[in-house]
Formats: sequence, structure tokens, C-alpha cells
Amino acid sequence: MPVEIPKDKWTGKVREVSFGATAADGGTRSKSIVVGGDTTLPYMQFEAPTPHTPVIAVEIKSRRPEDWSTLLEETWGDAMNDPASWAKAAEAAGADALVLWLTLADTPEDAVKATKAVLAASALPLMVFGPGQVEKDNELLVAVSEAAKGEKLVLGICEDKNYRTIVATAMANGHLVSARTPMDVNLAKQLNILITDMGLPANRIIMDPTTGALGYGIEYGYSVMERLRLASLQGDGMTQFPMMVTVGFEAWKAKESKVGTGVPEAWGDWKARAIHWETLTTTALLESGASIVVLRHPESMKRIRAAINELMAA
Amino acid sequence: MALTGIEIFKLLPGGQRPPHPKANCKECGIPTCMAFAMKLAAKQVELAACPYVSEESKTKLAESSAPPIRLITLKGPGSSIKAGNEVCLFRHEKTFYNKPGLFVRVKASQANIAAEVAKADAYKVNYVGMDFTVDGFAVEADTLSGTSDPTKFADAVKAVRSATKRPLILVAKDAKVLEAGAAALPGETPLLYGADSANWEAMGDLAKKLNAPLAVCADNLDTLADLTDKLKGKGLEDFVIDPSSTKLGASIAKYTQIRRLALKNFRALGFPVISFACNAADEGIAAAQAIAKYAGFVVLDKFVPELLYGLLVLRENIYTDPQKPIQVTPGIYEINNPKPESPVLITTNFSITYFAVANEVEGSGLPAWLLVCDAEGMSVLTAWAAGKFDSERIAKAIKGFNVASKVSRKRVVLPGHVAVLSGELEAELPDWEIRVGPREAVDLPGYMKTALNN
Ligand code: SF4
Repeated sequence: MPVEIPKDKWTGKVREVSFGATAADGGTRSKSIVVGGDTTLPYMQFEAPTPHTPVIAVEIKSRRPEDWSTLLEETWGDAMNDPASWAKAAEAAGADALVLWLTLADTPEDAVKATKAVLAASALPLMVFGPGQVEKDNELLVAVSEAAKGEKLVLGICEDKNYRTIVATAMANGHLVSARTPMDVNLAKQLNILITDMGLPANRIIMDPTTGALGYGIEYGYSVMERLRLASLQGDGMTQFPMMVTVGFEAWKAKESKVGTGVPEAWGDWKARAIHWETLTTTALLESGASIVVLRHPESMKRIRAAINELMAA
Repeated sequence: MALTGIEIFKLLPGGQRPPHPKANCKECGIPTCMAFAMKLAAKQVELAACPYVSEESKTKLAESSAPPIRLITLKGPGSSIKAGNEVCLFRHEKTFYNKPGLFVRVKASQANIAAEVAKADAYKVNYVGMDFTVDGFAVEADTLSGTSDPTKFADAVKAVRSATKRPLILVAKDAKVLEAGAAALPGETPLLYGADSANWEAMGDLAKKLNAPLAVCADNLDTLADLTDKLKGKGLEDFVIDPSSTKLGASIAKYTQIRRLALKNFRALGFPVISFACNAADEGIAAAQAIAKYAGFVVLDKFVPELLYGLLVLRENIYTDPQKPIQVTPGIYEINNPKPESPVLITTNFSITYFAVANEVEGSGLPAWLLVCDAEGMSVLTAWAAGKFDSERIAKAIKGFNVASKVSRKRVVLPGHVAVLSGELEAELPDWEIRVGPREAVDLPGYMKTALNN
């Protein structure tokens, strides 16, 4: 019985956004990364090919984190002691891009130093994120943005409370912003409007709609991302941005990943569980529309890489 | 798809050409056939109220009101599991209803079947106050390793049945082998797996004889539709579809196509889908995809608690009704028998947040009062961003639940994510000591032992 496959016909398209400047573009990166350009729901390749392979970025910190799971400490080892060696290790582990996450303890000088060290240690395209406190983010990111002018970094966290400063410095220094909103379609749209109104070209915005980890609100992030992709395909220009999610950050703060003792026996083997937590969360979010996933564990990276290859091969 | 009032009218006595002699007879208690049709479309009356509907019309009306994805129930002696009856492609459109059953595979040649099954059968894990278990077992004849022996398969089924009362999926390519296995399960409804282009007649006859649902397998939708269509000709109605792809890209495409077609009332594929995640390169990732993207049953290779737990949680999350945030009742909760000098910890009424906090404090053994504020069922950060968790609401909760009457030391601990509220809260509650706790629940015990211990 010949079955006629129903194909969606969309009018909208997610914008193509590229970050990381090569020498040809006035930067020092070994390649630029392009995300977005989608004209269908994720991986509906019988309608149109998925234009760009989703990106696996790895989170590294400007100084050795105190509160990371020992599983992560075991795997990264001494590389965690400084951002340059960590960047190298992340690249060796197969990262497509790096996210340098600054801390509250950093001064602007520290932040610039860490950024430069990472840029020198690895030629992968780079995103630099502030610790998530508005004034501190502004202070650190402006310094970083100026020091790395022309590298086409992605600067975050750019949210409703500090977007003016971050967007202004991104515009002045040729960078992109990662526009973060707390799991809400309208808030995401609104922030994109505010940012584009300031004059930042729309192809320099990546959306971070945020998410909860598996067991901690993933369903909200999942549905918000599905709705954002649907809206973009339906032609809503202020949702037509590629999406990134900081899955590693969310998954590794869940108790299931973070700790191995004092938990129910039914949770099973700690390490395997922690990796599952990160990979299952990532899988669901890739399939709801994430173009960039920021991970923490090399084993998760490997498994997600294999999954992405299968999804792209369809 | 449901028929409109006009379409229904054409099937009633008054809508037939020429009209039935009883047209508009009012025996249904409604003045006209047309009005009756409208009420039928709005599901305000039952078709049975009209005594004059032709048999042909009855069949058409029944077909049109059947759900787009047929409900399939598997029954064991102790429990049953349902799949189907879904109505949407995206959970935000309505909700997903019947959680896909998670089955653990057992191979007939495997050693210690009963012991292995008993372990998985006993598995129970708690997530935000709910206990989750596996849903059943798939017993697989070892056709790959050569011939499959009906007696051996039946023995394996018996061994599994001796260790669990949950529903079973019987997997074999030879109807005789399946029949031998099913004979060990009197009075049950197992899933028979499965019919393909080669064996469908024998499988169909067996399913008919046992009155059990039958899985159909093919790697393309044309053949799958063909199979259900031909098998319907044998009088079968209950099917489960296996699009037989182990690669993620092909699976997500086919599963989505089947769900779309089913929702458009393409009856030949209007059945739950089964995923053998156990055959994929990465079973966990394949199972996660199957759970989010439309599977009705998922078969796992082995009982692996750390994976099962993650999948059970994912399934719960994806199948949570998005219209109803899961909430706990706001109020003051006692943990580890708090005393008047114990601290008051503040959180929101989003159940995941509440359980994360309550579990940590309980596990620490330290006494505390847990004040759950009404934040409309949102987590701390989300509620704060949405303006549902601010100093005013917190102060109102402290006063409303009369927290001051319970404590001698007026000390409240704010979640670290809303440290910014501490100033405003001090203004609202001048005689209280406002402390800022950690951002994550997992760090609470450490905080309570050190920072609060003075
Ligand atoms: S019972 Fe009602 S619907 Fe049926 S023929 Fe009479 S009026 Fe029409």
C-alpha cells in the first residue's frame, strides 16, 4: 500500500549565524562555525536536509572550580588548573567549540588573561560567559570583548538586565551575543527584539532559552524550544535564531550526577548514571531544536557525537 | 477525524435521500434529525438514542469516533500496560497520555533467566514521591543463533513468568515457536512479535486464535500499512508497529511520519509503535529518543538501574501534562522534628524544587522548618524571573502561615538564586534575620552544618 508521507511546508527559516573568525576574517580561529539555516523541524530530513551539524561545545572555567563533581575532576585532572591546558584537553577530547566560563572571583584583568590564554592554546571558536551576576558580567565581558576584538566570540550571559552593555560591546568589537531568557517563548522573543532594536545585526544572535536537567524541569525547556522552532518556521522573525543550551551545567548540578554517596541504591552506578544524565538531557534537547550543546564530560561528548552523526546521516 | 454535524446528519434517517420514513420522528427526544446530529457532534447525546440509524451508518460513525491511535493493552497476571490514544504531535498542544512501557529483554538461551528477571521485577525507584518500576519483559527466541526450538522458548517464557507477574512481549519469527510460548500464558494478553511480509499469514492466524495484539515489522511504511491492511482482512484489529530502524535519523523520521499519518486518520498506521532500543548502537540515547518521539513500547537490552532510572524520569517529565505544573501545597513543613530554634528554609511550591530541598534536608538529619511559598508551581529561578517569587510573596507567606509562632529565633534562609531579594525582605520583615543559602539543594546540608551552625 503506497503511503503518502505528509510533509510540512513552512515559510520561515532559522537564521544562519556564524561565530569564530579565521585569519581571512581578521581573527585567529582555525575555522568558523555556522549554525541555523533550518527550514524544518529538527532532523525531518525527508522534508529538507538539516543544513548544519549541531555543535558540541565544552565548558571550561577561568579557574579550577570548587564545586564540580569529582567525576569531572577525575576525568579532566590537572588540566582544570588553568584554562589554557583545559582548552587543549577539551579540543583533544573532540570539542567543536569552547565556552570559557568566568567566575565571580575574576577581575577584568583575570578575565582578559584567561581569554587570551585560551585563544592562544586552542584555535577553536570561543564563547565567553560571565558568572551570571549582572554587574560582574558587564565588567568582565566588556574587558574580554575589547581584548579579543575581531575574534567573533559569542558573549554571554546577555539577559534582560544587562543586554545593553553586552550588546554595545559586541557591536563595537565584532562579536555575537547569547541571549538568555528563563524558559519562556515570549521573554525570548522580547529580548531578541530589544537586542536587534539596538542595531546588532540579527545574524549575530544566538538564543539560550535555558532548560532544566532531566528530572529538574527538562520538560519546560524542551517544550519552549519546540515552540520557538515552530514559531520560527511559521515566520516569526524574532524567534528565527539558532538555539544553544548549557546542558552540562544543568545536568551536573543534579544530585544524580553530582554525588555518589548517600543516594538510593536504585539509582545504580554513579558514573554511568551521571553520563546518562548528561546524554539523555542532551538528546532530548537536540531533538527539540538545540544547535549548540555545551557539555562537561568527555564520555558524554563521545556518545552525543555518535548520536549526532546518526541523526545527520538520515 | 471526528465528523462534523452536517456529515453526521447525512448518516441519520433525516439526511438520507430519500429520507427515511421516521425522519424527524422526535423519538430521540430532540425535535429534528439535524438538531440531533449537532448534539451528537458536540458529544451531548448518544447515538443509541435514535432507534432508526442504519447498520451502515452505525459502522461509519463508530469508525469516525475511534481514536486515531488505537489503544492497545497488554496484560499480565499482576499488571497491565496501555499504549495509544495519543492526540497530538507536540506535548504543548495538549499532553501525551499513555507513557510508553519500558520492557527488559530476555533471550531464551540466557542463563539464570528467573533470577535475572526477578532482579528487574523487584526494581523500584522513587522520583518526587512517585514509585517507578519496569513495565514488563520481552522474551526473545534466539533465531539468530540458528533454529529456534518451541520447547526451549516455552521453557524460557515459563521461567520468566515464574519471576514476574508483569505483561510480556513474545518475540519470535516462527508462529509455532510463539504459540508454544503463548501457551504458557493462559488468560493473559501478551504482545505477539511479530508479523512480517514472509510470515504474516501464520502470525495473523495465531493472533486471531489467541485474541492478542500483533506487532507488524517492516523497514518502510508502505509494507507496514500493507501488513495491517491484509491482517485486518483476517479480522484482526489490534496491532503494534515496528518500523525496524536502529539508526536515530531514520527512526525520528519514521516515527514522526507514523504519528502524523495516524493523527490524519490514516487507519492503516493508527497504532502504537514499538522501539527495540536494545538493538541500537547506544541504547540509552535510542530509548530517550523513542520516549520523546512517539514510541508506545520501548524494549531495553538489560536491566541496568542507572539507565532505567534516567529513562523513567525522562518519561515522567515528557508525559507530564504541560497545562498543569506539578505543585505541592504551600505551607510550613516540618523536617526532622524542628524545634523553635531551628532555621526556616524558604522554597517554592514547584514539586521538583520542593522534593529536591526536602530530600536534602531530610537526608542531612538536621531539623528545619521548610516554608513552601506559592510561586504558581514554578522553580525558584523561573518564578523569580516571572515575578511570582519576590520579597512580598515571601513575607506574606511568613505572616500568613504564622511562622513567627513556631520559632524562637526569627531566622529565614533564602535560596541562593534569589540573594538579590535579601535587602527587600529585610525591609518587609524588620525583626527577622535574613540569611542567603546555597543556590542548589544538594549543597544545603553542608550549608546547614557550617554557615547556619552558629
Ligand atoms: S430518533 Fe431523532 S434522529 Fe432518529 S429519526 Fe427520529 S428524530 Fe431523527
